[in-house]
Amino acid sequence: MRLRIIGAIWKKQWKDTLKNKAVFIQFIMLPALGVFMKHMVSVEGLPPNYFITMFAAMYVGMAPMVSMASILAEEKEKHTLRMLLMSNVKAGEYLFGVGAYVFLLCMAGAAVFAFAGGYTGAGLAQFLGAMAAGVAASLLIGAAIGTWSRNEMAANSLTVPLMLVCSFLPMLSMFNEKIASAARFVYSCQVQTMLKTAGAEGIDPFGAAVVAVNILCAIVIFRFVYRRSRLD
Amino acid sequence: MSGKAACIRAENISMSFGKKEVLQSVSLNIAEGEIFGLLGPSGAGKTSLLKILTGQLRQTGGRAFLFGLDTEGLPRDAYENIGLVLDNTGLYERLSCYDNLLLFAEIYGTGREKIMEALRRTGLAEAKKRPVSRLSKGMRQRLALARAILHEPGLLILDEPTAGLDPSTAAEIHALIREERERGAAVLLTTHNMEEATKLCGHVALLHLGNIVEYGSPAEVCRRYNHLNAICLTLKDGESITVENTPLSAKVVADYLQSGQIESIHSTEPNLETVFMELTGRGFAS
Ligand SMILES: Nc1ncnc2c1ncn2[C@@H]1O[C@H](COP(=O)(O)OP(=O)(O)O)[C@@H](O)[C@H]1O
Ligand SMILES: [Mg+2]
Repeated sequence: MRLRIIGAIWKKQWKDTLKNKAVFIQFIMLPALGVFMKHMVSVEGLPPNYFITMFAAMYVGMAPMVSMASILAEEKEKHTLRMLLMSNVKAGEYLFGVGAYVFLLCMAGAAVFAFAGGYTGAGLAQFLGAMAAGVAASLLIGAAIGTWSRNEMAANSLTVPLMLVCSFLPMLSMFNEKIASAARFVYSCQVQTMLKTAGAEGIDPFGAAVVAVNILCAIVIFRFVYRRSRLD
Repeated sequence: MSGKAACIRAENISMSFGKKEVLQSVSLNIAEGEIFGLLGPSGAGKTSLLKILTGQLRQTGGRAFLFGLDTEGLPRDAYENIGLVLDNTGLYERLSCYDNLLLFAEIYGTGREKIMEALRRTGLAEAKKRPVSRLSKGMRQRLALARAILHEPGLLILDEPTAGLDPSTAAEIHALIREERERGAAVLLTTHNMEEATKLCGHVALLHLGNIVEYGSPAEVCRRYNHLNAICLTLKDGESITVENTPLSAKVVADYLQSGQIESIHSTEPNLETVFMELTGRGFAS
């Protein structure tokens, strides 16, 4: 890992994000919506951070996965990744550079949610910790899809259904017992529970275990895909 | 061979995609500081050979060396001494010309002043802020070349650097390639433009059906096919007369010269194009 290379990738990625509306909107839409709903909509009887936790959980299932997959797949499709690898950028440096970039951007979004939700102290730590774990899981799934896909179209055909499952399952499980009993094994649902209890209760060990196992599975899948399809 | 070290050495390279044999037993040597042209019609296997030579594709037989290093398991830092233009230019569409080069300048650790220099040399200084998505084909090609020369590599590998470009853009690219050679870089380029190869290359290899069917300087290759060895006289009335290039023809030519009927005289040495036609039984469809 050379910091010079990671820095160059971040700089390029940031400029590209500002010009790539499809990716840019992924990062800001839900935090903006969360802030908006928090301040504009007040419904009697709803828990205080109802919209914040709901949108934050959706954000976890959506933004890291979609942006990571589409960045990688586009670089493969347009052969820009090949040029990087042929300029002495190591595949690991590239993946780490882009992965860390998406992670940090998503955590900036998470910070917006946390700020809007007014979390402080241990509650803030739990909120951001749950977001970080969820973002990591989504990001690894997105990286696996992006590495697997030959082009953006192929990547989208995988991310769209998966992203819908991951981001809407937390909401659906609030309304349906049967869905909830299955959905509790999915990281985004457990992340939502952690967000809801942030500042009030401690972390549920079962939820933490589910998220950890999900992340582990995502790592295994990513490694498998990476070995099989390489990066060019 | 000359005392110059080989930038690229290929020994009996063969390559198959499944049952399809693309390269049979290709050997070549590219010395430091020379412009080498790999010629052949579309589908001849030029791009595949370049990919093997740069370690992007694993050959099915034979060995290749880049700066003396085996291309199977090439250390990544060997790439720092190569400038590449591949058949798909691989530029970031949404980024500006400048930002595309900035990324690579930072990767190579070259100074920023090299970016403007490369843009100037490729005639893109004015367009430096323009996103790649708004560049013409010729400008993209020049930007790809600017990226390849940015870090002053010892070897340039250019896959069809002038394909589909207008003659004046192609001439600018030729000038740039010559400048790079003068700086000391070796250049390996592929083309199916025979005129380009004749003007530019010190050595050429003609690739046909997976084999190198001719190899040498363009003049040598042409001379070898000069079996007609004739002199062609074009008369002022438009008639053209071909006579053998032997002492016996001297009187015929002298008579025409004396009578003042001659418009032009030239030898019928073949050019690379006719050599290739003869070797392959077809021309270059571009
Ligand atoms: N990845 C591949 N899989 C199968 N066939 C290929 C592949 N790459 C190239 N070929 C085939 O190899 C032949 C040579 O291709 P290429 O090296 O691109 O030729 P050129 O660059 O001279 O036009 C073509 O017939 C092409 O169809
Ligand atoms: Mg080709």
